[in-house]
Amino acid sequence: MKPVTRIHSRTAVLPDENIDTDRIIPARFLTTTERAGLGKFCFNDWRYTQDGGNNPDFLLNKPEARGCSILVAGRNFGCGSSREHAPWALLDYGIQAVLCSEIADIFRGNALKNGLLAIVLEDAEHRWLLKNPGIELSIDVREQAIELPDGGRIRFTLEPFARHCLLNGVDQLGFLLQHSDAITHYETTHNKWQQEKAA
Amino acid sequence: MTPRTLFEKIWDAHVVAPESADTPAVLYIDLHLVHEVTSPQAFSELRSRGLKLRRPDRTLATLDHSTPTLPPQANGERPYANAEAKAQVAQLEANCREFGVQLYGWDSSDRGIVHVIGPELGATQPGMTIVCGDSHTSTHGAFGALAFGIGTTEVGHVMATQCLLQRKPKTFAIHVDGTLPRGVGAKDLILHIIGEIGVDGGTGYVIEYRGEAIEALSMEERMTVCNMSIEAGARAGLIAPDETTFAWLKGRSRVPQGAAWEAAVQRWHNLRTDVGATYDREVRIDASQIRPTVTYGTHPGMAIAMDKPVPAARNAVEQRALDYMHAKANQPMQGTAVDVVFIGSCTNSRLSDLREAANVLRGRRVATGVRVLVVPGSEAVRRDAEKEGLHEVFLAAGAEWRIPGCSMCIAMNGDLAQPGQLVVSTSNRNFEGRQGKGARTVLASPATAAASAIAGAIADPRQYLTEVAA
Repeated sequence: MKPVTRIHSRTAVLPDENIDTDRIIPARFLTTTERAGLGKFCFNDWRYTQDGGNNPDFLLNKPEARGCSILVAGRNFGCGSSREHAPWALLDYGIQAVLCSEIADIFRGNALKNGLLAIVLEDAEHRWLLKNPGIELSIDVREQAIELPDGGRIRFTLEPFARHCLLNGVDQLGFLLQHSDAITHYETTHNKWQQEKAA
Repeated sequence: MTPRTLFEKIWDAHVVAPESADTPAVLYIDLHLVHEVTSPQAFSELRSRGLKLRRPDRTLATLDHSTPTLPPQANGERPYANAEAKAQVAQLEANCREFGVQLYGWDSSDRGIVHVIGPELGATQPGMTIVCGDSHTSTHGAFGALAFGIGTTEVGHVMATQCLLQRKPKTFAIHVDGTLPRGVGAKDLILHIIGEIGVDGGTGYVIEYRGEAIEALSMEERMTVCNMSIEAGARAGLIAPDETTFAWLKGRSRVPQGAAWEAAVQRWHNLRTDVGATYDREVRIDASQIRPTVTYGTHPGMAIAMDKPVPAARNAVEQRALDYMHAKANQPMQGTAVDVVFIGSCTNSRLSDLREAANVLRGRRVATGVRVLVVPGSEAVRRDAEKEGLHEVFLAAGAEWRIPGCSMCIAMNGDLAQPGQLVVSTSNRNFEGRQGKGARTVLASPATAAASAIAGAIADPRQYLTEVAA
């Protein structure tokens, strides 16, 4: 993973609550065996009209949302399935951060492992951002702060290990593999299941 | 010793390295379930790093999501939705051969939906940690296992290390008191619970379902309840194992046998929350007040007794959901015209679910113009159902009897509804477009689905049960 230290962009807002992973990427696009190139399916059934053109009512299709890489979404973003295709699609589409007052657990974990900042904010700050689309923000991962145009700051907290991995581009599998001896020790001392199978 | 909850006991027993302020715990995973949709990129990751799959003996794979539910054509070709779906299945077959994973594939008499076959084989056991690249892994919590869905990156972590990096979640007890009324089942119960606590009520928590009404449930019913924990945002739902659990598991192919079985049961008896242990959150539900329940909106938290008026929208998003569903505030869902009925999915495709639907459909006909798909959860369920003649009940009623798979629950295999069609579905998600672009999903129990098929409109199954009794 490439390090992620700072993201600077105007915000695009999707105020709907409970935007589920089927809306982020419908299941019929999950027959792929790759992780690349899913951006074209991102928000597919919301974003396109019946004839395949851009739906002018979809907020991310509006001219002012073009080029925005920070998404402010309604509460409980990413609920539903465990498909990592959801953060893959968002990143490929150009979204680098999702700001929300609550983010579904599995989606949040998947997002952070791919360098997509999934940031949970206090209700009041979230409400304010929902009401002020297009605002220019700078997200500082090291300081765990969002800088506003007027110099104000919104504080947030990332899980410390996720933050460390983002800042340093740490490969979590590499980190886990360093525990090989401890895992082997666990298996030899706790492996009741194997003993039973042998019995 | 400090009293502990069931969750804490399982968690503590699987810590390889404890969590600290800086790092999550390294948690050992006893069983890794794999299917074709969320695994190919993880196998590729292993291959690109030159890594082996650490414990093939703790890994079990099957084909369920992209698989057709119609039989092979005359030329032997299976009717895949598209070439990509076929290639995805072939990729899992190749990956399992390369990495030495046992695949319950097309040639297996045990193939089926991953969350149906894990328990059937006895691979799912109390006290285990179980993961799968699938959010409905919570199903296995019915056996007192800590079971949760993971993303594909984590699938790769488990393949390579048999471990995951995890922060300890909070605990949430849902006490269900009293007795479920006649004709009201586990699906009604869990829809009611999600309606009460909300679609995000369980976010950050592991739920433990407990109380008199939970203890009275069969294993199949417990699986239905735990299956939908994720629909309330909880990654896992647990029920303490008891005699019902042990009786259900005994003799299955992957459980210990003989003296080892007795020893295991002895150990499993300790898998219950200690007196005096505390939860981070607790809720009480009165089972006796629950009626046949359905969803009326576009997430599982928008659930209500079918005879109760649909609540008015509180905001634009809820109004949009009602509009999408063509649901009207202050009118009940009961009586809404139905186009398609789907009986299947990891929520409700087990033998008891099919019996429940067949009891309503026996000797009756599906209403004109309604399409009914019955999809057993596994080859074993299909065999058992056919042995009892349930398929004949469905076929005589005018329903289709398919071969096992996820089918119209996720609608990625070609089984789907057309735009605007209303589907009464025994599955777990009523998200917009979940069962086909523009399709409108109403979640319900197998009995309600069957009753609605006969009536051609959302119907209370109890009227048909009464007729049978009379």
